[in-house]
Amino acid sequence: MQNQNPTLLITYREALKQSLREALQNDKNVFLMGEDVGRYGGAFAVSKGLLQEFGEERIMDVPLSESGFVGAGIGAAIAGMKPIIEVMTVNFSLLAMDQIVNNAATLLHMSGGQINVPIVIRLGCGIGRQLAAQHSHSWEPFYAHIPGLIVLSVGTHEDARGMLNEALKSPNPIIIFEYTSMLNMEKEVLEHPNTVDITKAKILKEGNDISIITYGTGVYKSLEAASELATMGIDAEVIDLRVLRPLDESTFLKSVSKTHRAIIVEDAWKSVSISSEISSRIMEKIFYDLDAPVQRLCGVEVPIPYPAHLEEASVPQKKDIVNAIKKMMQHD
Amino acid sequence: MIEFQMPSLGADMEDGTLVEWKKKPGDKVKRGDIIAEVETQKGLIEIEVFDEGTIQELLIKEGTKIPVGTVMAIINPSEVTLEAKEEKTPESKPIEIQPIEEKIIVKKEKIKQKASPLARRIAEENKIDITTLKGTGPEGAVSKEDVELAIANQQPTEKAISPSDSIRSAVAAAMSKSNKEIPHYYLIKNIDISKALNWLKEINSHKPVKNRLLPIVLFIKATAKALVEFPDLNAVWENGIIQKKEINIGLVVSLKKGGIVVPAIHQVNLKSIDEIMETLNDLIPRARALKLRSSELSDSTITLTNIGDNGADAVFGIIYPPQVAIVGFGSITEQPIAENGMIGIKSCVTVTLAGDHRATDGLTGSRFLVALNYQLQNPELL
Repeated sequence: MQNQNPTLLITYREALKQSLREALQNDKNVFLMGEDVGRYGGAFAVSKGLLQEFGEERIMDVPLSESGFVGAGIGAAIAGMKPIIEVMTVNFSLLAMDQIVNNAATLLHMSGGQINVPIVIRLGCGIGRQLAAQHSHSWEPFYAHIPGLIVLSVGTHEDARGMLNEALKSPNPIIIFEYTSMLNMEKEVLEHPNTVDITKAKILKEGNDISIITYGTGVYKSLEAASELATMGIDAEVIDLRVLRPLDESTFLKSVSKTHRAIIVEDAWKSVSISSEISSRIMEKIFYDLDAPVQRLCGVEVPIPYPAHLEEASVPQKKDIVNAIKKMMQHD
Repeated sequence: MIEFQMPSLGADMEDGTLVEWKKKPGDKVKRGDIIAEVETQKGLIEIEVFDEGTIQELLIKEGTKIPVGTVMAIINPSEVTLEAKEEKTPESKPIEIQPIEEKIIVKKEKIKQKASPLARRIAEENKIDITTLKGTGPEGAVSKEDVELAIANQQPTEKAISPSDSIRSAVAAAMSKSNKEIPHYYLIKNIDISKALNWLKEINSHKPVKNRLLPIVLFIKATAKALVEFPDLNAVWENGIIQKKEINIGLVVSLKKGGIVVPAIHQVNLKSIDEIMETLNDLIPRARALKLRSSELSDSTITLTNIGDNGADAVFGIIYPPQVAIVGFGSITEQPIAENGMIGIKSCVTVTLAGDHRATDGLTGSRFLVALNYQLQNPELL
């Protein structure tokens, strides 16, 4: 069986590019639009070579006007196309938020169910490339707040390869968070990828002592932390949320009911975050299964600093996860 | 806002299990209404409210075992209650509230034991008192592990406790405490009750059978009337003697399966002997069935124990703390009694008094027995 589907060592960037290519190949209504996605090959070289392969009509460079091209994408989606809109980084998506929140997210409702907006908006995001305060945002909580949107977070290479194509099948607007700090990271993936489910969180490592609930860049860090904790006899379960809206709560509630402890790891600032929501739901729904207060490891609430050591200190790292869990389990 | 707490139904009671709420939020309650049924060592007890108002919230889930003093429900005092306290000026109202608040804070701190929700749940399911456990979790909280350890330690000795066993241990606890703490003195007086019995016979002959009076009714009433003269014996000892306004006589009722309960007959001095008999007819069967109300278990101000027919001649009681006296009536016997230089056969009863020597001295006790004798010699005044 393994020989029939061998694994392949690829970067996160390559996985994203493969998914783009596959999407463009599978459906002629799919097109990619964004700043520098064509001639320049994408600000992070994710779409490099696609212009040559698919032509100008399907790989479209746009002016620096997020509100304009996101709005154009929404219009195309309403008209029956399958646009993939790349906003160079999540930071600039703030300029397009009116389009996303007031049009993409609401039109189905405003039209009494008549107008679907099947747009996919890809946002390069995250912290860890020394891009300083204005270009290191974690806006997942912003978007996950809005009814009408589906918000996905690409925390693994498998999802980098598989999420986009599933997202394009959705009749509703989807926001995909891709993490620039992971672009060069190499991991083994299956040569012929399995279909991914974009409605469910995923347990990446099973365990019995504590549930680590995370997404995005927290996923690999948490898996590494879990390996280190295993050497100390702590059996952690790692859950990649993957879908930040609508949350797949049954997966993490079931997990915490089993382990009786939970820690939530994310880069976003702690106040009013994804972890706030997860923590609340655990409290509301499985309070009597908790054997310890829910803990959260989140971004330090400061504008993200430029210096590498301070930037690193501003978001949870593997050692922070290990230390926090050791403390929760009383092994320190 | 009134906090309704788990009442103490005797010095030996530490906790109780809420079996059923008899009221729901929004219900109006008045003093004496049954608000809940609570399972205690003394059986299923109906708990009464002492305030007037509307139930705002029931805080404790049915089936939960909670320590005495735990707030069980929040009652909104009704306006009627405020009006009833007319003597007090409106200005004094806030001051009135303050001591209650202080009390609440003290109570809450006393019962506070940090525990994880899971630990609490497991403890409840296994009837473990979480306040007795030492927490090893975060901030000293009791964790699942701590409760499981406690369950494991408990298992070998665990056995189903039948009601009679729990009554036994309740009696044991109260009596041990009494014997340890209370310096008893004993007095004994032989009382001729021939006249009283004759009078009773006469009265009973005019009554239908079901309303007929037993001699015990005279003993109870006479005790109450004598107590009016000696209020120091109708009192409790709590680092000092505290006289009680009401004379609530706790009557010792033996249970068929062993053990005793002591339900209170309220305000005996204000009741006629017919009323007392009526009360007994209601109270004793309920006591035997362990179906008493909370006030009946907790309100006694003195205890009366009665041997009954064909039993021991005298009984020397052990005081039920925090009370300060117990009166014992032996069985009624015919005795040769010398009176005015003549010997006659009389019906007599040996009455004993056990007093708490911290609260009263033998002189008080002796005078009380004399007064009791006087009452029994003048049954028509009862």
